[in-house]
Amino acid sequence: MELISLSPFDLTLAALLVVALAGVTVWARMGLGRSLLIAGARTVIQLLLVGLILQTLFDHAQLGWVALMAVIMLAVAGYEVMARQQRRFAGLWGYGIGTVTMFISAFAVTVLALTTMVGPTPWWEPQYAIPLLGMLLGNTMTGIALGLDRLTQTVWRERRTIEGRLAMGASWSEAVTTMRREAARSGLMPTINAMAAAGIVSLPGMMTGQILAGAPPVEAVKYQILIMFLITAGTGFGTLGAVWFASRRLFDTRERLRLDRLKAGRPA
Amino acid sequence: MDRLFEAHELKTAHLGPLELQLQPGELVQLTGASGSGKSLLLRALADLDPNTGEVRLAGAPRDSMPPVQWRRQVAYVPAETAWWSERVDEHLPADFSRETALHLLEQVALPEESLHWEVERLSSGEKQRLGLLRALLNHPRVLLLDEPTANLDLENTRRIERAVRTYLAEEEAAALWVSHDTLQRQRLGGRILTISNGKLEAPAWS
Repeated sequence: MELISLSPFDLTLAALLVVALAGVTVWARMGLGRSLLIAGARTVIQLLLVGLILQTLFDHAQLGWVALMAVIMLAVAGYEVMARQQRRFAGLWGYGIGTVTMFISAFAVTVLALTTMVGPTPWWEPQYAIPLLGMLLGNTMTGIALGLDRLTQTVWRERRTIEGRLAMGASWSEAVTTMRREAARSGLMPTINAMAAAGIVSLPGMMTGQILAGAPPVEAVKYQILIMFLITAGTGFGTLGAVWFASRRLFDTRERLRLDRLKAGRPA
Repeated sequence: MDRLFEAHELKTAHLGPLELQLQPGELVQLTGASGSGKSLLLRALADLDPNTGEVRLAGAPRDSMPPVQWRRQVAYVPAETAWWSERVDEHLPADFSRETALHLLEQVALPEESLHWEVERLSSGEKQRLGLLRALLNHPRVLLLDEPTANLDLENTRRIERAVRTYLAEEEAAALWVSHDTLQRQRLGGRILTISNGKLEAPAWS
């Protein structure tokens, strides 16, 4: 099997479907037409740009360029994590907690997978490294953002419980343990659900893509399993780490609850 | 020197600097207009809010003790105690003695079964009495009571007053009691401190 190349005409046909949908929403006065068209245009521009960048990167496969791309991806993911918080940490911490834990978990898992499991030569071969890192960062980002958001919201809402426990002589860690558990759950749930539903409810995107590109289904499935496990590990360790660091940061050295270290982010 | 508790140059973002001493067995009342910083003072003394200054318990500086140990000995009891689990006993210290619990239950006029009651079904009087009992099970040396009888009927108010008095006498502990009920002020007696604009002063009429 060969990959069937798509012509601009094919893409135009697909785009017409979105334009038609936008037309219907305008006609029905649902006020979604503009958003749909802008989002559609963004998809075209952003993906074409990334396609060009990836093509250039593949043509000039040097470790330095791959590393630069990885750092840019991490920086953007770190910003996304911060922007999704209703209450974020003030100062550098707001950006730092998500970015650092994503760096540790997503980068470590990607490098481990490249060097031991997938094993391209060189190990940073952009055709493997960039898509792998992208999938890991994308999922880790969601997990960490959900976990952090849930943690700060819950702690804010249940500050009386936390201070009640502290006043009874609980340590900071005991006082915040139920909130931490809830935050970790909420960060990991999407990944656990995705693993449980894989192949039955949904055909995972990467596997579908590989099959479309002509890969034998069993090969595509093996890659999908590998990716799922990597994503779970990356998201899991990243979320646990972020929730732990963030919950520690909510208390000072005298184990006082310091909600003043949070500030209101932009409303979700 | 028999100072049990002292704060010197205590400052927070909204309070102080202020000085405070409590003797063993003493009950000191704290009054002041709402918003004057009564609760903030108690919270600072329990080390729940950031603060600076020298605070000592029986001569030992606060910073020489882990916060957990400090808060067990300098117990803050808020006006509305927080409950976070289903049953009362899930809120009690892990290592309390049954004997002490029975003795305290008698003080606050509650049966032993009340320790297993569901929090949802507690009346506000029961909540306040059990909230106090829960703090006393830690054997605190200093009680920081933030309107412990707010919204309670006279009977429950009297029970709490009696229980605190007995505890202070038996354990040689001290209490700082926030109250703005004139009758209660007369019943409790003792030293009265007034806080205004974040500073402590003895009121003219004491």
